[in-house]
Formats: sequence, structure tokens, C-alpha cells
Amino acid sequence: MSRSAKAEAALALHRFGMGPRPGSIVAIEADPRGALIAELDRPAISELAAANLPSSAKAYRAVTDALAKRQAKAIVAKKEQDAKRQQMAEASAMMEGAAPGTGDMAAKMAAEAVPDPGRPIYLEEARIRTAAAFGAEIGFVERLVWFWSNHFCVSADKIRSMSGAYEREAIRPHVLGRFSDLLLAAEGHPAMLFYLDQTVSMGANSTAGINRTRGLNENLAREILELHTLGVRSGYTQEDVIGFANILTGWTLVPPGDNPEHGGEFTFNPRLHEPGAQKVLGKSYDDETVEQGRAVLRDLAANPATAAHVATKLARHFVADTPPPALVEKMSKAFLDTGGDLKQVARVMVSSDEAWTQPPAKLKRPGEWVVGMVRATGITQADPTRYTDGQVLLGEPLWRPPSPKGFPDDEASWIDGMGRRLDVANNFAERIAGRTDPQEVIETVFESQVSPEVKQAVGRAESRQQALVLLFMSAEFQRR
Amino acid sequence: MTFRHHLPTRREALIGAGSLFAWSQMPRLARAEGRDPRMLVIVLRGALDGLGAIAPVGDPDWIGLRGDRALALDGKPPALPLDSFFALNPAMPNLHRLYKAQQATIVHATATPYRERSHFDGQDVLESGIARPGAVDTGWLNRALAELASDGRVDPRGSRVLGVGSVTPLVVRGRAPVLSWVPQKLLPANEDTQARLLDLYKHTDPKLAAALEARIRLAALGATGLSDAAMANGAALSAPGIAGVRAYFAEAAGTAGRFLAKPDGPRVGAVGFIGWDTHINEGAASGQLANLLGALDGALAAIETNMGDAWRETVVAIITEFGRTARINGTNGTDHGTGTVAFLAGGALRGGRVIADWPGLKQAQLYEERDLKPTTDLRAVLKGLLRDHLRVDERALASTVFPDSIGVAPLAGLVG
Repeated sequence: MSRSAKAEAALALHRFGMGPRPGSIVAIEADPRGALIAELDRPAISELAAANLPSSAKAYRAVTDALAKRQAKAIVAKKEQDAKRQQMAEASAMMEGAAPGTGDMAAKMAAEAVPDPGRPIYLEEARIRTAAAFGAEIGFVERLVWFWSNHFCVSADKIRSMSGAYEREAIRPHVLGRFSDLLLAAEGHPAMLFYLDQTVSMGANSTAGINRTRGLNENLAREILELHTLGVRSGYTQEDVIGFANILTGWTLVPPGDNPEHGGEFTFNPRLHEPGAQKVLGKSYDDETVEQGRAVLRDLAANPATAAHVATKLARHFVADTPPPALVEKMSKAFLDTGGDLKQVARVMVSSDEAWTQPPAKLKRPGEWVVGMVRATGITQADPTRYTDGQVLLGEPLWRPPSPKGFPDDEASWIDGMGRRLDVANNFAERIAGRTDPQEVIETVFESQVSPEVKQAVGRAESRQQALVLLFMSAEFQRR
Repeated sequence: MTFRHHLPTRREALIGAGSLFAWSQMPRLARAEGRDPRMLVIVLRGALDGLGAIAPVGDPDWIGLRGDRALALDGKPPALPLDSFFALNPAMPNLHRLYKAQQATIVHATATPYRERSHFDGQDVLESGIARPGAVDTGWLNRALAELASDGRVDPRGSRVLGVGSVTPLVVRGRAPVLSWVPQKLLPANEDTQARLLDLYKHTDPKLAAALEARIRLAALGATGLSDAAMANGAALSAPGIAGVRAYFAEAAGTAGRFLAKPDGPRVGAVGFIGWDTHINEGAASGQLANLLGALDGALAAIETNMGDAWRETVVAIITEFGRTARINGTNGTDHGTGTVAFLAGGALRGGRVIADWPGLKQAQLYEERDLKPTTDLRAVLKGLLRDHLRVDERALASTVFPDSIGVAPLAGLVG
């Protein structure tokens, strides 16, 4: 397929980046593939300045502290109000009229007077994340961050305080590093342990297990095998899941209430740990410390099934719902040859012709599409409330996937959301129509890499707002 | 970004409203000092088909021009008679009621001085008040207000302009401070935008077309509860999301009315409504245009209700950038034209009339043999309202408000 340099640059930005900004097509048109690779090589490109944000553990402590305070206030208020009611009832048994509010009402009000720090933290995390996407020159690395964050997803519905910090702490440092490091960071992160119920899991024969007659929770072990590494139906058995779950017992976090300095951080608690050697995929793991689990994770990371699973998912996300087998093969091989060097895997992907010859048929996910729309207008900051509310409307609420599987990556899952996208585009266009000229967007952002049909529709629109809606809703802006 | 974008602006506006509210101690007293006129301008963007709104049913060439798509007194539904010559679109019963009560006036075959057919330029001329597009970034309404403030006849504290919408309409932009308010409702993408997008998808992406079509059918079903039979023959496609549009129009216009009714609130405001560019399946009698006119009619009712007593001193002027072709085009719609209508409504009007120097509909009588020929300069109408209703100085009207309009005399007798 022959494509002009500008068209190739536009495809690079749509398919592998966050979409064109004013001037970005021209900036990379000389060598789009080289520009993508250069972004991978930029030092610390995946990291995010977040000096004003607490670590996940600190955020978690702040939220649990506030919760404890709420409870205390509620108890005091209820006691006081109940006493007051009692007094009034005794003093005016004959009088009619409104009785004073109940103790429960007073308790609720007292509790609500203590602010919940979870939401502002979530919104600030959302703000810096979107700012990074808006501000990136191409955004290939941010797209990788989004991909891996979704691959190793946690849910803010369960652990909101940590959801943003998790991505900064466990995902970002490793998206261009080794898969094994990423895997260890994600599975050992308190947010993941909490999300997949690992913190309450204990070996049946562990000290705590015997004393408290509680036991194993297989959730994390199973999802690691099924979703994060080998992939479903790749040959592991229920025995492997149990063995692995036993190995992971003891992986938990420091209870936040007890420890104002380290509460919420990862800890290995030997009292929860199932004693003895365990078998996973035919191999025996004897070490009875945290290293036992780490060894399993390292072996899983090196497993060819993991390479194939990861390569397929990456290629599906970036290139096509049904990715070209040759591309998957190359990426999988690169994964195995380099010991899971994710930067090399990404480099092989964008260096392969198969990644470029596929027609631009892949439907952008809502977040990608929204960010692309904002970038096209040159806006670099967005109100995080609007963004997160919009993502809810579009069916892709930030850090709140429907299941540990993360958000889906195929057209069938998203295409019925076109109506919502239209509403969102319409309202966005209404807001910016006063200062955004659609023709100028076509010329200076897309460098006229727009089909005659879209140009005509934009040109004939009844208003700038309508023109912008048609442009952002066009197939070529939604597909890549 | 897109969502809940209305909130901050609304909050700002409410702060403004709060400070205005402080003056509400003596509304009656202020009123006793004399008139206290209000004016709201509604800009219909996309170019309204004047002939589809107000039909010249007495013109012998009318039926020949539009055939079975012509509004008629014996049509289905029947058009509402205004006088022996003109009839109103049946989707506007409120406007008809106001007309009968002498509280509405129609100006027909009117246009701004703009004679090309670009929406953007046409809107620019309509709102800036300057014959050349793109010349200034202020609107005639704001400049009129600036004149008023210096004139001192209307309390400058109350002379603030109100813009409704997330982008301040050009017509109210300028030196006089603008208070803006944004409806909290999400404006659903209108029928026309959906139709255009669907058309684009049909040419470029059948899968997206199918997805959008499904949503349009769903919206239509939710909005109008059409029968399965109607769905089956595709009739439902003509009314997607109109309930949402009605709600948005009513909230935007109704809230403008509520602000203007405040004793020391803004006296002048502007709202813009999009969606009038009816190139395809115009549906004047019972389709797209009828739906939009119905929503506009509902907006008028919301203004009247919310203004309460202040309605008596109010003029609402509904204007559009230009009209549409006199004939129906090849896709059952109309293309960009020239002459159109302006609706005036409000208790301050001397209404119950259609003002028109009727140009006729024969081929030779049409502008460039295709459009209704404009015979009344829209500026004359607006100047008449500004002079007689708001008491803007007539010389200022010809110089700063509508520059170079000295030859366009204000239309007298619209109010009072």
C-alpha cells in the first residue's frame, strides 16, 4: 500500500499515538516510524510528575482515617441527639408538633461533615493523566501506559484512593522495561492485592488460617494465570491455581489503621502463608518466603504462552481486532528473545510493515477518541470532572473496568455507543465552536489528510458546531 | 471538555443573579416610574424556510410552487389562518394564540443586506449588524445597549445583556457587560446533524451507519412512542430526539425569560437555536421543520409563562440569517435562499398583523429566479423595535448600531 508521507504520519498519530495536534503531522512526516521509536527512547518518558499527589499508601491512609473519623463523629452525634430526644419527650409528652430529628439523622449529618479525600485525589490523578495525554507530542508511550494499565487493571469502585497512584507506581515505571518487573510490580501492589481479594487470603495450614478458621482465596492467582500472563485455556489446571494461590498467601498490606507511617504498603505476612513446597505447572517451589511467589511470577513471565498472549493483545489493541498473525509472531518472538523487554516489543511492532498495511478499521476506544478530539483543538488542559463524567457516559469510566479483564478492545463492544459519542461530540463542539474553525482544524491539524466526503460534509455544515461534530464523528476520526 | 460544562458558567450566572436579586425590594416602584421594556432576540442558525413557516396560501402560485408539500388551509394538518393571505405552520399554536391576541407580528419577505448564501457569513451579518461579513466582533444588540447606557433612559444597572448558551452569541458581544447562562440540559445532536452524519457514514462506513441508524430509531421510539407500523415504514426516522430538542429550547428560552423578568435583572438577552438547515426531507407540515417550529413554539410559551407581568413590556424577535429556495429541491428539502420571515412576539407589540410587501412567487418575481425576494430590510424592523421599544437614539441606530443604514428607515408602529 502506498501512502503519502503525511498520510503515514497521520496514521502513526492515530494508530499508535493520541491523535494529531496542530503541527504534529508535519513534525514527524519525514520519518513517522522513527519518531515513534524516538519517543520510546526518551528518558523517563513514561513517568508523570505528581509531586502534589500522595502515594497509594498515603492516599489509602487518608481515606481510612477520614472513614474512622466519620464513624466516631456519627457515634457521638447519635448519642447526643438520642439524649436530647429523650429529654424532650419527657418534658413535653403532652405537646404536639415536630419531634426533633432522630439520632440516625444526626449521625449521618455528622459523618457527612467530614470530607472524603478519595474523590479529590481521584480527580487530580485523572487531571494529570489526561494532561499527559493532551501534552504528549505523539503519545505512543501514553498509549502503552493506558494499554498496560488496562491489562493489569484495578477498579476504583473497590479501591478509589489508590487507583491513580497504582498506575503511577506499578505501571508507568515498567511499560518500557521488562515484563517480569511490570508483572511483579502490579501483582505486588496493594491496590491489586486489595482489588483481587488477596489481602484476605490465608493458607489453611498457616498460623492465622488455623487460628481464625479461614482460608484460601484463589482470585488473584487465577486472574494472573488467566488474564495477566498465560491466557485462558493455555493449559494450566485447577491444581495450578490452588498451588499458586497457596504460594501467594501472605501477600498483603500493612493495615492502615495500625500504622500511620506504613499503613497501606505492601507487606509479606508469614503468619498468613501456607507452609511447605507448592507446585505450579509441574514445577516445585520450595522457598517459603515472598520469594516463592516472585519466582512463580518470573517463570510465568518467561513462559512462551505469556509471550503469545501479550503479543496478541498488544497487536489487537494497536493494529486490528484480528491482528495479522505474522505481526503477532514477530512481537512474540521479540518478547522471548529479549527476555520480555517491552520496549523492544513495541519497537518491533512499529517497525513491522504488517502494523502499517492494515486498513484503518480499528474503532478507537472512547477515552482515546475524546483525547484525540481535545488534542485536535489545541486544548491542553481539561476539567477532570467533565472528563471522568464523560467517560462514564461513554461506557469507559476511568479506572473502573467492568471486570478484572479490563475494558474490551474490539469493535463489537463499542460500536453501539455511537449515539453517546454523538451527544458528547455535539456538546464539546458547542463549547468550542466559538473559537475553533473546522476548516483550520482540517488544514493545520490533519494537514488535509481527510477524505473528500468529510471535507464536503464539513464545508456544507450549517454551523461551526455541526461541522466539528461531523469531523470528529467521521469514520476516519473514529477509526485508525 | 464536554461534559457538565454548564455548571461553572451557571454558577457564575447565579452569583450575578444573586446580586441582582438584592434590588427586588421595590420592583413596583421602579415600574411606576414608567415603562421598563424587555427584549429577547432568538437567532435561528441554519436559515429558516420562511415559506414553510408562514405560507402565502392566498398566492395563486403557492401550490404550484411547492405541490403537495405546500402548507394549506385544508392540509393535513391544516395551516392556521392569519389573514386572508397568510397562514401559520400548524406546529405553532402558541404563536397563533398570541397573534390573535395582538401579541405577535410576522414580517415576511425580509432579509438582512447579505446576498450570498454562506451560513457563517450570513450569521455574521445578521448578528453583527454590519453588511460586510467578518468586519467586527461586536453585535448590534450590544452596541444598542451601550448607547442606552450613555443615554441614561434605562437604568444602566439593568442594562446588562444576557447571553444564553455556552458560546456567547455574536449579537450580544461587545462593550456592554454580558451575563451568560448555560442550560443544564445536554443538547442532543439535532436531527439535521444526525441525518448528515448518517449520510456521511452511508458513503464511508456502513457499520457506523447501521449503529447510528439503530440509535436514531431508538431515540424516535422513546421520544414519540410511534407504533411498530410507523417504525417499519421508516417514519420514525423523521423524529429522533425531538423531545430532547424541545426540552432544551424550552429551558434555554424559559430561563432567559425568567432572568429578564427580574426587577433589576438584564433587560435584553439573546439565545441561539441551531438546526434549521433543512436540505433533506424538510417536513414543513409534519416532519423535521414542523418538529423544530413546534419546539420554538414551546419556547415562546415558556418565555411568556416565566416572564409573568413583565411579558406585557416584552418583545421577542426571532430572526434567521437568510431564507431557503422557494421550490423544493431533489431531496424533498430546500437549499440556501434569501427572503424569509421574522417572528415578533410579546405583550408590548401592536400585533395581529403580517407585515409584507409581497413580491409574488412567479419565476420572474423570485430573487435570482430561485428565492423569495426580500422586500423588507430586516434592519428596518430591528431599528423600529430598538427606537420605539428600547428608545435607542435614531441617529445612533444609523451610525453605530447598524452602520451605513441611514437609508433604511426604522419601521414605525411595531410597538405601543
